[in-house]
Amino acid sequence: MCGIVGLFLKRQDLFPRLGGMFAPMLIEMTDRGPDSAGVAIYSEAPDNRAKLTAFNPDPGFDWSGLCDEVGSALDAGLMPEPVDTHCVIRTDGDVGVVAAEVESRHRGMQVMSIGNSMEIYKETGLPDDVVSRFGIAGRSGSHAVGHTRMATESAVTTAGSHPFSTGADVCLVHNGSLSNHNRLRERLERTAGMRFRTENDTEVAAGFITNRLEEGRSLHDALEDCIDALDGFYTFVAGTRDGFAVLRDPIACKPAVLAETDDFVAFGSEYRALSSLPGIGSARVWEPEPAIVYSWEIN
Amino acid sequence: MTVRGGNEVVIDLAEETLRSANTRLQSLNGSMEGVRFRIRNPGGVHALACGLDAPLHVEIDGHAGYFCAGMNQHADVEINGNAGQGVAENMMSGTVRVHGDASQSAGATAHGGLLVVDGNAAARCGISLKGADIVVKGDVGHMSMFMAQAGRLVVLGDAGDALGDSIYEARIYVRGAVDGLGADCIEKTLDGEHERELRELLDLAGCSGVDPGSFRRYGSARQLYNFKVENVGQY
Repeated sequence: MCGIVGLFLKRQDLFPRLGGMFAPMLIEMTDRGPDSAGVAIYSEAPDNRAKLTAFNPDPGFDWSGLCDEVGSALDAGLMPEPVDTHCVIRTDGDVGVVAAEVESRHRGMQVMSIGNSMEIYKETGLPDDVVSRFGIAGRSGSHAVGHTRMATESAVTTAGSHPFSTGADVCLVHNGSLSNHNRLRERLERTAGMRFRTENDTEVAAGFITNRLEEGRSLHDALEDCIDALDGFYTFVAGTRDGFAVLRDPIACKPAVLAETDDFVAFGSEYRALSSLPGIGSARVWEPEPAIVYSWEIN
Repeated sequence: MTVRGGNEVVIDLAEETLRSANTRLQSLNGSMEGVRFRIRNPGGVHALACGLDAPLHVEIDGHAGYFCAGMNQHADVEINGNAGQGVAENMMSGTVRVHGDASQSAGATAHGGLLVVDGNAAARCGISLKGADIVVKGDVGHMSMFMAQAGRLVVLGDAGDALGDSIYEARIYVRGAVDGLGADCIEKTLDGEHERELRELLDLAGCSGVDPGSFRRYGSARQLYNFKVENVGQY
């Protein structure tokens, strides 16, 4: 099953309300995915400093100590903001190099996201718990993508939770299952030198999209490329620093509802995920067509 | 059927649980007395107004979730909004009207009664239909009327790919374009008998201005009823 939700705000004055509008959407999808939940939030800092989100299973982990060590090794400034099992680390250094160094120092440490805008929080457990552990309702930003997981093809772990990110500020959530991910994973490893962390099919789809974006395709075009490259069932919601896009497979096995007003674009696996949004009563509500990409960009 | 002198019972799902609301609606099951209900704040909940078995009139103000008015018998259910998957699935009799769009599998396996969708119906509309009538004023998605056995689908707009795949004795009428016909589904002639039944269905759906002569009829070629080895590639 699984539930997915997404919210893309069109008005900057609504940005402080992003988390407050988004959290009930994710919690409403608990029935569709009670195993784990995750959120990617796009929030630009005024100083535009690069950041990463790291995960360590130890809630008492010494993030300040780690940042001091890595900072002096790389001669870079690292500013940690720990929250539960995660930590957003801002840096003035090369974020890719910092991420590799952070991961190499501790077993079990994993970098969930890198970029200038996106932060990813994901954990096993009920969506309500995950939302409160990471204070999602209080967060601001321009857009957010979330997932509630009912695991079918790989283990219930933090790493196996969605969203998946395989490139700077790129994330993907997926409802469905892919049947050609093993071969596609091999191809991306061989031809594009990509490295995958899990056995999960969605990570491969995220890798494919990242690869296409790196080749200069737009988010819209990268999702169109998925229609030929991916075999299986999927409803995707993808985010980039300035974009938000939705795609359903040509058979449209997995549900999807979109709503749009002058204030926002919202996606839900089911309408009830959208029913708490302000102004939803007068929104244009429709079911995305199979094999058609819907995309929006920040102007 | 009688309706209590204009009285209307309001059920507000912002204040009452879905289970309690359905229990109240079903408490009249088996009775021949009609009552009008208005359901507010449906919020897309699933299985709303399911399993009704009395000539009630139920009006839902807003969008309904999955399986709304499923297994309906005798009741007249109106949705002033969109309906999720499987609206009026397995309906036996009565009427279900969706004033917005319907998601996939609208009217699935319905045995009797009438389903009217004012907007579009998504994929698999009328899948495995067993005798009900469906009128869709917009378009229907792919694989509509898959394995439909009896009943009629009328589409005023267009139909998606693989229409009527593996259809049995159900009838399909489409006014617009058809993306493609499924296995064993063919176009058939539109005779006087068909125009007469179309007229009746269009009138019931509130489309009295629509000309039955503007439709094309599709049905089974009856080549896949029994397994023949030369047809193995068709299944």
